Amino acid sequence: MNQSWAKSLINGLLIGGAVVALFPLLWMLSVSFMQPGEASALPPPLLPVHATLSNYRELFVHAGMGRYLINSLAVSSVITALSLAFNLMAGYAFAKLRFAGRERLFQALIGALVIPAQVAMLPLFLLLKYIGLVNSYAGVIVPAMASVFGIFLVRQYARGIPDELIEAARIDGAGEWRIFGQIVLPLLKPIMVTLAIFSFLAAWNDFMWPLIVLTGQEHYTLPIGLASLAREHAQDSELMMAGSVITVLPVLLLFLAMQRYYLEGLLLGSVKG
Amino acid sequence: MNPQRTAWLFLTPALLVLGVFFLLPVIAALALSLTDYDLYALASIHNLRFVALQNYWALLQRPLFWSALGHTVYFVAVGVPLSMGTSLGAALLLNSPLARCKPFFRTALFAPVVTTVVAVAVIWRYLFNTKYGMANFVLGHFGIHSIDWLGDPHWAMPTIILFAVWKNFGYNMIIFLAGLQAIPADLYEAARIDGASAWRQFRHITLPMLGPTMLMVSILTVSGYFQLFAEPYVMTEGGPLQSTTSVLYLMYDEGFKWWNLGSASAVAFLLFLIMFAVTAVMLKLARRGSEA
Repeated sequence: MNQSWAKSLINGLLIGGAVVALFPLLWMLSVSFMQPGEASALPPPLLPVHATLSNYRELFVHAGMGRYLINSLAVSSVITALSLAFNLMAGYAFAKLRFAGRERLFQALIGALVIPAQVAMLPLFLLLKYIGLVNSYAGVIVPAMASVFGIFLVRQYARGIPDELIEAARIDGAGEWRIFGQIVLPLLKPIMVTLAIFSFLAAWNDFMWPLIVLTGQEHYTLPIGLASLAREHAQDSELMMAGSVITVLPVLLLFLAMQRYYLEGLLLGSVKG
Repeated sequence: MNPQRTAWLFLTPALLVLGVFFLLPVIAALALSLTDYDLYALASIHNLRFVALQNYWALLQRPLFWSALGHTVYFVAVGVPLSMGTSLGAALLLNSPLARCKPFFRTALFAPVVTTVVAVAVIWRYLFNTKYGMANFVLGHFGIHSIDWLGDPHWAMPTIILFAVWKNFGYNMIIFLAGLQAIPADLYEAARIDGASAWRQFRHITLPMLGPTMLMVSILTVSGYFQLFAEPYVMTEGGPLQSTTSVLYLMYDEGFKWWNLGSASAVAFLLFLIMFAVTAVMLKLARRGSEA
C-alpha cells in the first residue's frame, strides 16, 4: 500500500473519530448560550445568534442548581478524603505488614469484586433507614468510604517500596504510625493523586445509589438534580444543555489537568494482581 | 507494638466499611429475597413472612422479567462487541507510526469516558430528537427519512447502544493501546522480512499477543454492560413500550417504586447469577481456545 495514502487514511479516521467524540460536548456548550427555543429549529443551529447567560441564571436562581453543585462538591470531596485515607492504610497493610491470613483475606476481597454493587443496595437502604441516614449526605458518603479497587491499587503500588527502608526505621525505634506517615506516605504520593482523581470522578458521576438514598431535593447531587430537571423540562433544550455543562465541566477540567495520573491509574488497575 | 495488631489496626477502617455496608447487605439480600418484604413489612416488621423460593418462581413466570432480561442481553450482545471493536480500532490507529498529534487524539477520544452519564444522555436526547435533532438532519442529506430514535420501540435500544459505545470505548482503547505497545517490535520486523502483509501481521501477531488483554477487557466490559440502568432512566424512562427496561431498571422499579423489596432482591440475585455464569463460560471458552 502507498505510504502517503495510508498516512492520510489513518489521520483522516482519527480526525473523524475526534469529531464524533467531541461534537456532542462542543454542541452542548454552544446551545447552553442560546436563547430559549433557539435550538429547536431546522437546520439545527451550531452557534448562538446572540449569546446569553440567561439559561445559567435561570438554573442558579430558580432551579436550585447552585445547591446541587455545592452538594456534589461537598459529597465528592468528603468521599475522596475518607476513602483515600482508609484505602491507603489497608492497601499498605496488605502490601507490607505481616499478619496471619493476609493472602487469603486479600483473595477474598478480590473475589468479592464479582458481586455487582446493586445486589447490596436494597438491604443497604433498609440498614441506612434504620440508622436514620436515608436522605442525608452521610447516606451517600458512608458506603463509599472504602473500595476494593482502591485497596488493590494501593497494594500494587506499595509492594514496590523496599522492605529495608521500613525495617531500618523500625530498628531506629520509629512507631508504626510514624513510619506510615513519614516514610510510606511520601513514597505513595503518585498513587495518592491517581486514587484521589478516580474517587472524585466516581463519586461525582455516581447515579444509581444517590438516586435511591436521596429522597429530598435539598440533598440532590448534580446528576440526580439534572435527571429530575430533565423530566420536568424535556422541551427546554437550551436550559438542559446549560445544566449538562455545569455537571460535566468540573470533572472534564479535572481530567484534563490530571490526565497523566488518571491514565496511569487506569492501566495499573487493569493489570491482574 | 505487636506486628499482628498493627496490621489489623491499619485494616480495620476499610474492612469495617466494606463489611457493614457491602458484605452484610449482600448476605441480607439473599435472606430478603426469600421473604415477601413489601410496603406492609416496611411499616411493621411483623407483616414479614418467609416464602422460600416463591419470589424467584414468580419472577420466572413474569413476562416483564423475561423481556427485561432480553433487552439487557440484546444490549450486552450487540454493545460489547461493537464497543470493543471500536476501542481496538481506535487503539490501532493511535499506535500507528503514521499517526500525527497522538496526545491530542488520545485525549479527544477518551474525553467522553470521564463525563457524567446523566448529562451526556441529556445531550444525546436532543441530538437524536425526531424533529430538530442533528442525527436526522445529517441523515436527511443522504435521503434517509426521519427516524423516531427514542420513540420507536425498534430504535430505542440501538440508540442507547450507540450512546453507550460513544461514552465507553475510550476506556478500553487505553488498555488496548498499552497492550499494543507491549508487543515486541522485532516480531513485526521478522514478519516484514518474511513478506507478511499488514493484515497477516494483525491476524498472526497482534491478535494472539493481545489475547490475555482481550479476555480481561471482555469480561470487565460484559459485567459493566449487564448493569445497564442510568441510560434508559434518563433517555427513555424504560420505554417506549418498555422496550428499554433492563434488569436493573426492573429491580429499581420493583424495589423503590413499588417497595417490593423481597422480589427486587430476587431480581438482583438472578442478575448476579446470570453474570457469574456468563463470566464462567467466557473463561472456560478462553481456556479451551488457548489449549487448542
